[in-house]
Amino acid sequence: MAVMRGERVVFAGLSFSVAAGEALLLTGPNGAGKSTLLRALAGLVPLAEGALLWEGMDALADRVAHAARLRYLAHAEALKPGLTVAENLRFWASRWGGDPSAALEAVALAPLAELPARMLSAGQKRRLALARLALAPCALWLLDEPSVGLDVASVARFGDLLARHRSAGGAVLAATHVPLPLPGARELRLDSQA
Amino acid sequence: MIALLRRELLLAMRHPADTLAAVLFFLLVTALFPFGVGPAPEMLARLAPGALLAAALLAALLPLDRLFGAEAEDGSLDQLLLSGLSGIQITAVKAAGHWLTTGAPLLLATPIAGAMLNLPVAAWGVAVLALGLATLFLSFIGTAGAALTLGARRGGVLLPLLVLPLAIPAIIFGAAGIEAAASGLPARPFLLLLGALVAAALPLAPLAAGAALRAD
Repeated sequence: MAVMRGERVVFAGLSFSVAAGEALLLTGPNGAGKSTLLRALAGLVPLAEGALLWEGMDALADRVAHAARLRYLAHAEALKPGLTVAENLRFWASRWGGDPSAALEAVALAPLAELPARMLSAGQKRRLALARLALAPCALWLLDEPSVGLDVASVARFGDLLARHRSAGGAVLAATHVPLPLPGARELRLDSQA
Repeated sequence: MIALLRRELLLAMRHPADTLAAVLFFLLVTALFPFGVGPAPEMLARLAPGALLAAALLAALLPLDRLFGAEAEDGSLDQLLLSGLSGIQITAVKAAGHWLTTGAPLLLATPIAGAMLNLPVAAWGVAVLALGLATLFLSFIGTAGAALTLGARRGGVLLPLLVLPLAIPAIIFGAAGIEAAASGLPARPFLLLLGALVAAALPLAPLAAGAALRAD
């Protein structure tokens, strides 16, 4: 696979596979293309070269079907400050299914459900974004530095979420600079092209 | 799609400033005309149809550049594109939401604006209809413009330059319809032509906008 942004090659000659229940950590210096790789895997950035295969078939042939297989956790939390915590989550639950109150429970935000999202701290916002992952099971999680801003207890709860996802056969790809609660994860190191 | 529309309306209710700004802008622009051309009633009535249309379209244009900009900045747009909705569905809902939160409120203010421009009361009904159709047309082509200019550095300036020329037919037919009603002629043919514009924009604009969002 290769991805270009404008005239610049972000990465090229990359090839890897992830099996069900497996975890792959993307590491490498800033600007190595970790986030871009995740966006490309989600189908949000076009591939300049190569192919993205899902069980041997071209994954991007049907983008809507590909989107239904994955959850993407980006740096931006995708929260509307004017909506309450529960309202923010309820919208995504209406798209993906799942029980918003159980998902809030999983990230320990249930007591804040009726608070506007603008009142949350950075770590709490991140936990609300993580609650989207807890909504409904899906095959692949693409996580971009998922543990940024989380306290120790939240990282432990996030570890539980990850373990449950993987034991149900879900795969995880996570870009990170810090250790994540992903036992037995393989590592894919991206080197800067600059 | 219903859930997305409900979210759009809920957000508009939590942040009513955008809707209010568009309505006030519309009323202020129409209020400027009597100051500019003098208070002669015949002169104002002659200007009223075109002034109403132009003011309404400019007012509806105001919140357009934030239509996708706000969603792109906070990461919601990526999530929406991965939510199982196609680009066409997302942009169609966005356009409908834009009309419901800016175009439709303008209709409520139309009688006030019409009175300030000395538009005959007999033409108010047609004026509301013509403005409704014209703003609906603008919401859809404007959504396509907003999707195209998303990420452009001067998107806010580019958007009106892109969209307003396309809105000229809506101004022509809308103003002609109101003028016909004001002088006691049938306005139906003009409204039907406006309706045809809307009928063309309704499927085509989301198609273009959806493709533009994907290509970003």
